Amino acid sequence: MASLFDSIDDVQSALLAGRYIADRALATVIFLATRLGKPLFLEGEAGVGKTEVAKVLAEVLHTRLIRLQCYEGLDVHTAVYEWAYARQIMHLRLLEARGEASTASEKDLYSAEFLIARPLLQAVQWDGSVPPVLLIDEIDRADEEFESFLLEFLSDFQITIPEIGTIRAMRPPIVVITSNRTREVHDALKRRCLYHWIDYPTFEAEYQIVMLKVPGITQQLAFQVTTVCQQLRQAELFKAPGIAETLDWATALVTMGRQELDEATVNETLGVLLKYQDDVQRVRGEMVHGLVQRAHGRR
Amino acid sequence: MDSSNVRMVAADLLAHQQLPANLLHFVRLLRQLGFRISAERVTDLLQGLTLIDLTRRNDCYHVMRACLVTHPEQIPLFDRAFNLFWLGREQWLLELGATTFQRPTPLRQQALRAARMSSRERLDDRYLPPEEGSQHAAESELSATYSPWETLRHKDFAAMSREELQLAQRWMDALIWRMGERRTRRRIRAYKRTCCLDLSTTMRKSMPQQGEIVHLAWQRPRFKPRPLVIICDISGSMERYSRLFLHFMYAVRQGAKRVEAFVFGTRLTRITSALRHRDVDTALQEVSQEVVDWSGGTRIGESLKTFNYRWSRRVLRNGATVIIISDGWDRGDIALLRHEMDRLQHSCHRLIWLNPLAGAPHYQPLVRGMQAALPYVDEFLPLHNLESLEAVVRRLGEPIMPRATPSIGRFLR
Repeated sequence: MASLFDSIDDVQSALLAGRYIADRALATVIFLATRLGKPLFLEGEAGVGKTEVAKVLAEVLHTRLIRLQCYEGLDVHTAVYEWAYARQIMHLRLLEARGEASTASEKDLYSAEFLIARPLLQAVQWDGSVPPVLLIDEIDRADEEFESFLLEFLSDFQITIPEIGTIRAMRPPIVVITSNRTREVHDALKRRCLYHWIDYPTFEAEYQIVMLKVPGITQQLAFQVTTVCQQLRQAELFKAPGIAETLDWATALVTMGRQELDEATVNETLGVLLKYQDDVQRVRGEMVHGLVQRAHGRR
Repeated sequence: MDSSNVRMVAADLLAHQQLPANLLHFVRLLRQLGFRISAERVTDLLQGLTLIDLTRRNDCYHVMRACLVTHPEQIPLFDRAFNLFWLGREQWLLELGATTFQRPTPLRQQALRAARMSSRERLDDRYLPPEEGSQHAAESELSATYSPWETLRHKDFAAMSREELQLAQRWMDALIWRMGERRTRRRIRAYKRTCCLDLSTTMRKSMPQQGEIVHLAWQRPRFKPRPLVIICDISGSMERYSRLFLHFMYAVRQGAKRVEAFVFGTRLTRITSALRHRDVDTALQEVSQEVVDWSGGTRIGESLKTFNYRWSRRVLRNGATVIIISDGWDRGDIALLRHEMDRLQHSCHRLIWLNPLAGAPHYQPLVRGMQAALPYVDEFLPLHNLESLEAVVRRLGEPIMPRATPSIGRFLR
């Protein structure tokens, strides 16, 4: 495989061009994943930018992003391929109408024409010059059955369709698997991947991300927003805000035309940051006062 | 060989009083547990038993096992069935067996019950030896093995002697766990007409007939046992029970899939991985090394908060049932307890509180921790002796109606 990235720095700058700020550790695993052709297993709290990695990768590599959203009961028909049985039946009826029913053969009906390729098959069938990015999102939501299937798929990137044969990927896709860790994913799967835990960003990183991703934000507001979010993550909350929330909040504030934070605005917009009523109640009032004071550098 | 032949042989043996009268009944039970036992095998067994000394229980066991078991996987189940049946716990075995291995539909349950009744009647009417005296003798022999168990069943765990505790633990190990089930989103092939047509298989099967659909394929949702989370109080006030309840958690963990176990006094400790050891002593030793707050104070609220914040999202997926075992003595923050109980109830399918003190005849939940927690508990049951434990096990397997009030955590289940 032609190397997609020459070095770790290359990865970092490419991602930055795609407006994604990756720390050295993340850039390293991405570099390794593309070099070794191994799947990348990203774990972390909700909203730290796991899915975004795959999106940006596809964008900077000018290739296609193939996304498979996992859920319980995900099966071969939705993940790999399915026969368009409705069209098969139609085809048969047409033959019948033409008096050619006896010519209907299994080979015709189970041919590529009636095959619906789902994400995994699409990834294997890809014939572009750059391998596609296959995003298997929130694997922890799928059940164990799907996980076992994935094991097989990830080891040789080939899919066997009984009626057609085995299809092997010309260029193994760049696989990004994400997990919110609502359950432990089996070791066997993790062992086949490069594992990386994406943590909440540092203050500097988050500030950079806000500046990069929120058009029209002032340095002052970005600084204050970042301060508040960083502080909130220290507090004991049922669900701390992720970067996704930070960005939503910053965008909301810009839309509202705010240049800097004040207590009233924070109280009004807490719902953008915190998604549990308990958390909102705990933070609102007293704690917001402290947060805003600190954001203004008064404490 | 047909069944009338078996009856003849049995009647013959019984006439010679060489066979315990309920052997055929035991065979029937095994069949209900999913064993395939042909009439021929039963005859073999009956004849085999005439060749050995029936007073040696172990020899009997091996003859029966040789005749009735056909697969190594069946042996543990056979052992349990054997022990329970010959200890006189037959009724209980029936209850569990009938539902463990076949999903009961009301109709099938009725049929099973009818079959059981009639088999018992037939046994009583025709196959028991005519002499009244010998029947009584057999019965009294049974009850002789039965009564110490009956006493033990009703004895409070706290009052048990060392030996009795060991017996109780062994009894727990033999329990057959069946969790209530939940419908998953996965579908599997159904062999009779259901609501959902499996069109792609139907199409596939029509190919030999040039696409003429002759046979319809159906699918049905698959069911899986619910996950179980046990959170057990091991503080000072629970000291008398702690060891036994640990064993209880060990037994559940060994007996059922997807069990998570936690203990708490002043802080919460997850002991699931420690309990994975097959050997009970190793398991419990590892637990005792991990837990730092044995027999200390109790802070239920704080412990539940840790659970809610750190574990609930990971272990309460797929409609888990949560069991809290505690006497409700709490020296922590009561408002916090209330709050966290509320959150916990809203994020699980069913919240069960087992209280070892609630078995007392005039028990009132007067302790403030218990009072605070009660409104958020779906079921409040005593857990003070083997009988109550039996009731809990039975309750876990029963389907329940959904809660009347909608909850914020409903997407979790």
